[in-house]
Amino acid sequence: MKLIPSLSSRRFLFISEAFLAPKTSLPMKLDRWIALLFLVGSIIYGLAAFRYPLLPFERNMAFLPNTLPMTLSVIGALVSAFILLAPGPSSEDSGVITVEEVKNFKLGQTLALVLGMVLYAVLLRPIGFIAATTLFIAGSGILLGERKYWLLLPIALAATFLVWYLVQQTLGIFLRPWPVFIN
Amino acid sequence: MLEGILLGLGTALSFKNMLMVIAGCLIGTFIGMLPGLGPMSIIAIMIPIAINLGDPSAALIMLAGVYYGAIFGGSTSSILINAPGVAGTVATSFDGYPMAQRGEAGKALAIAAIASFCGGTVGAILLLGFAPALASVALLFHSAEYFALMVVGLSAIAAFAGTGKVAKAIIMTIVGLMMATVGESALFNAPRFTMGIQDLQSGFSFITLAMAMFALPEAFHMVLDPRRSQAGGAGGGSIRSLMISRQEAKQIAPVIGRQSIQGFLIGVMPGAGATIASFLGYAVERNISTAKEQEQFGKGSIKGLAAPEAANNAACTGSFVPLLTLGIPGSGTTAILLGALIALNVAPGPRLMIDRPEIFWSVIISMYIGNLVLLVLNLPLIPYIAKVLAIPRNYLIPFILFFTLMGSYIGQNNETELLILVGLGVFATILRFADYPLAPLLIGFILGGMMEDNFARAVNITDGVSFMWQRPGTLVLLLVGAALLIIPALRRRRAFAKERAEARRKGVADGS
Repeated sequence: MKLIPSLSSRRFLFISEAFLAPKTSLPMKLDRWIALLFLVGSIIYGLAAFRYPLLPFERNMAFLPNTLPMTLSVIGALVSAFILLAPGPSSEDSGVITVEEVKNFKLGQTLALVLGMVLYAVLLRPIGFIAATTLFIAGSGILLGERKYWLLLPIALAATFLVWYLVQQTLGIFLRPWPVFIN
Repeated sequence: MLEGILLGLGTALSFKNMLMVIAGCLIGTFIGMLPGLGPMSIIAIMIPIAINLGDPSAALIMLAGVYYGAIFGGSTSSILINAPGVAGTVATSFDGYPMAQRGEAGKALAIAAIASFCGGTVGAILLLGFAPALASVALLFHSAEYFALMVVGLSAIAAFAGTGKVAKAIIMTIVGLMMATVGESALFNAPRFTMGIQDLQSGFSFITLAMAMFALPEAFHMVLDPRRSQAGGAGGGSIRSLMISRQEAKQIAPVIGRQSIQGFLIGVMPGAGATIASFLGYAVERNISTAKEQEQFGKGSIKGLAAPEAANNAACTGSFVPLLTLGIPGSGTTAILLGALIALNVAPGPRLMIDRPEIFWSVIISMYIGNLVLLVLNLPLIPYIAKVLAIPRNYLIPFILFFTLMGSYIGQNNETELLILVGLGVFATILRFADYPLAPLLIGFILGGMMEDNFARAVNITDGVSFMWQRPGTLVLLLVGAALLIIPALRRRRAFAKERAEARRKGVADGS
């Protein structure tokens, strides 16, 4: 770990910050859970880095493919552990979201849109660009509460054709327009 | 030299080449506005057309116009929908987007246009004067200095983090650096950390990551909280005024002046380019402004908007120095331009100025013209461009989602990329709600590969890390990096001590 010295100043910085932060006790907030996630991630990444299978000729090199990853995993684990365990609240103005705010969120709608994007990714090639894109734009519009179908559908269709034309004809990037069985 | 300038003027001002500049700027602006299509992809797409022109000057003039246009177009989408399509305009969205949300999209776009124009023009003047001299400075830079430069870039992230967020910014940078190690690097020709997924062999794509970090969380937030999009849409649809008050002009003029020069100098260094220039410009301006102004940064500060805009355009111009004088591409974009030049039978390098002076000088002259064209074209078009904000939410959100999907699909042409995009987008949204800054992750990712390559090269050359104190250039840069980290901490400590002293005094006055 002779490569860390340039980073020690950073560590000094966040340690000093912790002492400056006003001390109040709070239950574990979302940002600490994320820090825990990062800690676990850093450890897994570190395991992969430290056990990295070096090729025979790589062993004698001054700089190894896992030199930087090993360094990163150590710093990552230290910093995330710090956020997790820091005495003060990790954000005093609390940009962290509160339970009340989440209650007002339209979680169902958002999850449905995310699902729509996943479906788009999966269906793009099998059913072709035109069908997948028109369905995606119109579908997410309807999901968001648009009820003027006579306006939404033509716009979705026109935009799809326009983008397809631009990408395929002008830019020359291949996009399969029709379902697999037509071609 | 005067002879050269006249020759350049003669070539650049011909009817055909003027048309090339205008066409290039227009095409660049409109395509660059689509999130996900950066200058690199647009120039790559335009190469067949440029080669068909047959005339190297005309081709290079057009491509340079496309480059500028794309950078400006990228700023537009950063400001209006918080979806920077280009790494160089990520810093623009920090203050540009909050301004648009406040209903000042017109002013934000006007400031961006003017700052870009000034940056580009100052850059072109510097290029004209210092091209040969600056080339020799760039020649002095070895991998050790490049590594130190990346460290400076990463330390600048401390400037992005608000109070109490420095640790979070550091962990995000680390995560970005970790993501950069995924895939095959140039130095080690074996895949690393791909988890056996073949589509990850080339690593995460920058465009996908940028979309996932910026465009998707914004879109998801708009869905989650409908009030959010109404606030943006209602005030933004009509551009109230493009006018900048005299006081505001006075405020941003020194910023633009400083950042044009600094941006140009950073752009000259190969590998640094517009991205680092814009982030560094933002960080420097934030750190040297007063505490009161500093609070405005990130919430719609006009200084915070002008700085990266002036810097990135100046850096674009600067990146032509190594290309034209040394034949070394300083960035991905100039690498593509280099490819185009070679395809047109022109060998860029120190001899270009002597062998083909008309190309060398006409490109430089066309940069002035290009900047002027951009300003003249874009200022009147701003109200129409900003109409994007008037699109109702039910249409805007599906299209933003679709453009992010499209952008990452076009880049990689596989569906795994889309799934990665959605996954990272959801994760980024959660991170945003947990008050983790997202920009450091992207910066870490962009700089990670370059930093590792240069570090490895320096370590291999000196067989250790002694280069850090043995090379004066490296040492100075590393010290600058340390200063960037320490100064904000000291400032905060001083402010805190002051606050405490005041509290104590108050306590005495109250008699408690």
